[in-house]
Amino acid sequence: MMRFILTVLLILPVSLLADIDAYEFDDPNKEILYKKLIKELRCTVCQNQDIADSNAELAQDLRRKTYDMVQQGKDEEFVLDYMSQRYGDFVLYRPRLQTNTLLLWVGPFIILLIGVFVLMRFIRRKPVAASDGLSSEERKRAEQLLERDE
Amino acid sequence: MTRYLLPLGIFIVIVAFLAVGLKLDPKHIPSPFIGKPAPDFNLPDLHNPEKSVSVKDLQGKVWLLNVWASWCVSCRAEHDVVKRFVARGAAPVYGLNYKDERADALAWLRQLGDPYEASLIDYKGDAGIDWGVYGVPETFVIDHEGIVRHKQVGPVTDEIIENTILPLVLELKAAVPGDKGA
Repeated sequence: MMRFILTVLLILPVSLLADIDAYEFDDPNKEILYKKLIKELRCTVCQNQDIADSNAELAQDLRRKTYDMVQQGKDEEFVLDYMSQRYGDFVLYRPRLQTNTLLLWVGPFIILLIGVFVLMRFIRRKPVAASDGLSSEERKRAEQLLERDE
Repeated sequence: MTRYLLPLGIFIVIVAFLAVGLKLDPKHIPSPFIGKPAPDFNLPDLHNPEKSVSVKDLQGKVWLLNVWASWCVSCRAEHDVVKRFVARGAAPVYGLNYKDERADALAWLRQLGDPYEASLIDYKGDAGIDWGVYGVPETFVIDHEGIVRHKQVGPVTDEIIENTILPLVLELKAAVPGDKGA
């Protein structure tokens, strides 16, 4: 009897987990696409979660919608378009390259270029700073003093 | 001199960016529908489910779509504002009863009053997805050509009616041929 209860207790959590969105796919590629998509779509209610992570009602609905579309054989582009037409570019975790996101995509490279430029100028200036600022006469005297020490 | 001015300049630029960032409301997501045709739906009427209403039926008039649900607490707070707006007769308000049980929705309207021209049942939330609804209540203003002109996320207040929605509705109604305001 004890063994039976333990078995049930062991299976229970697993079956409960399986209850959340038990979607079945007729093609393993569709399942891969579905899993990829729900990681790429942002839940607009709980803004810093993708719809795979979120259990908000809206995220559940959007997962269902994504599942329906994937199961119908729609491709990635179609689903992302569908979502962004309704919820705006905001739902896409990876912003698309377009005029208003240009700075977002190019910005880091511009900053990198500025960094390289500043660094090069800094390195070029280095030899000048390395000179000890002694005139040749002073240098001779210094050398003499050093020799005497030895 | 530049040695000191440069870091100060960079500092000011960063402060300016952060100051603007602080004022932005991350909950406000611009709707992609503004200026675009309203997404169509054809949904049963809450009071009379055999009858259905579609967006096309409403073409030719300026109207509001108010997304509500009996489980939504801020809809309750907003309801009086909607009633006051409808009482002024500026434009009809249609309700989108979002993911609600019909009995609960009917009880809610009985208790709080029903200002809606009609409330449409969106039990599964599909119309909500088509309209990009993510936080109830939401309110849309649609013009006589079926173009979405405004979206309000969250409860409408008297202030928003007075400053934004009513002036917009009157302006849109003035543009309707053969209809000279309320």
